[in-house]
Formats: sequence, structure tokens, C-alpha cells
Amino acid sequence: MAEAKQVERPLSPHLQIYRPQMTSFSSIMTRITGNGIIVGVLLLVWWLLAAATSPDYFNFVNAIATSWFGDLVFTLSLLGVWYHYLAGIRHLIFDAGKYMDIKSAEMLGWICTIGSVVLTVLTLIIIQF
Amino acid sequence: MRYLTDRKRAVGKGASGTGPEHHWWMSASAVALAFMIPTWLYIVGTTLGADQQTVITTFSKPFPAILTALVVIVGMRHFAKGTEIWIEDYIHGTAAKATKIAMHSLAYVIMATALYALGKMVFIGLLLGN
Repeated sequence: MAEAKQVERPLSPHLQIYRPQMTSFSSIMTRITGNGIIVGVLLLVWWLLAAATSPDYFNFVNAIATSWFGDLVFTLSLLGVWYHYLAGIRHLIFDAGKYMDIKSAEMLGWICTIGSVVLTVLTLIIIQF
Repeated sequence: MRYLTDRKRAVGKGASGTGPEHHWWMSASAVALAFMIPTWLYIVGTTLGADQQTVITTFSKPFPAILTALVVIVGMRHFAKGTEIWIEDYIHGTAAKATKIAMHSLAYVIMATALYALGKMVFIGLLLGN
């Protein structure tokens, strides 16, 4: 019968002294963006609720949603959505067992990072028309 | 002494207790969201900043209303189940359970609020004859 033994394992280097790498950066960013966009969702759903409530309430919330603060929240959320979108596709690719070597994984990380900025700018341009 | 063999310990649903269920669900909902998000971003992006009448008219139309409902339902479930992963990394024990419940609750509150707003806008749209 096998017993699970406590093994003295070496500790991995601490985050602060670990060299930043594309693979770790892209992984951490996936988590930050996925959780962070809840702020944009909150503001958006509040705005939807206000539109369904009354003119006065809508004017109040709409002023916040379209202020510099609202623009900042929604632009950052848009960037977060696109990053998480691309990173999610990257995970589906990884799940399929493709592009698992370090070079490819780093390339996909760069695609997520640069792609999210490009898609954000594109979206902002498209919705102006 | 545990009467479990190495093999027996490895068979089943693993350390998570639920096997690949969570991972598979996140993948499936991710694919669903990937199809919906671009169009939805366009609808929301072009409606944000409009007057109240336009907002109500837009979201009382079938396509924007149904798409927004789907994005909110699938998106909020994806969010709630997604938060479980960082919670399991950084918080443990009772605090982890409490945080998970709080995150699931937040997601459901957002979901219900959005569906209420959508439903009400659809009714206002009906009254206005859109």
C-alpha cells in the first residue's frame, strides 16, 4: 500500500526576482483582464438599468458613462475584453496540443498583447461611424 | 494506513474532485462568447452615448435584446466560474468558500439586473410601437 509522503521540495524563485517572461506575463494578463472587465460590465449594466428606469436617472448615469471616467473605464474594458478574447483562443489552441513549444508560446503571447491594442483601436474607430 | 493503491488514487476525478468538468465548461462557454462578443461590442459601442429613446429603441429590437441577454448570461457564468481559479490560488478554507459565493452572487445580481433592464426596455418598446 502506497502512502503519500511529504517531500521536501525546492521552492521556485520568488516572483520579484524572477525574470519577467512573455509566457508568465501573458498568463498573468489573462487573469487580470478576465477579472478586471467586471468594472466595465458594472458600469454598462448600471447604464442599461438607468435607461429602463426614468429620464432623470438615465441623465445621471449617462453623464457618468459618457464622462472622461466612463470613457477610461470602457476603453480599458475594451482592451481587457480583446486581450482576454485572444488569450482565450490561445488557450483553445494550447488545449489542442498545438504551439506548445516556448518559441511558439511566446509568439502567441506577443500576438495577444499587440493584437489586443490593434483590435481596441479598430473597435474605437469603427464605432465612431 | 490507507487501503488505496497508487492506481486507485489516480483514477477518478483527481484533486479538483470534479475532473475536467470546470475546464471543459470554460472552454465551451469561451467558444460561445467568441462568436457573440464582436457583434455585441459593435451594438453596445454604437449605442453608448445616444439619448435614452435611442437606447430603448435599440435594446427593444429582437437581435440586440437576445444577443445582450445571451452575452450577459453566458458571460456572467464564465466570469463566476473563472474567478474560482484565482480564488483557489490565493485564498483558502472558509475564506475561499465565502469569496466564491460572493463572486457567484455578484455575477447573478448583474445577470438579473441586466435581464430586468432588457425586459423592461422591450415592454417600453412595445408600448412605443417599435
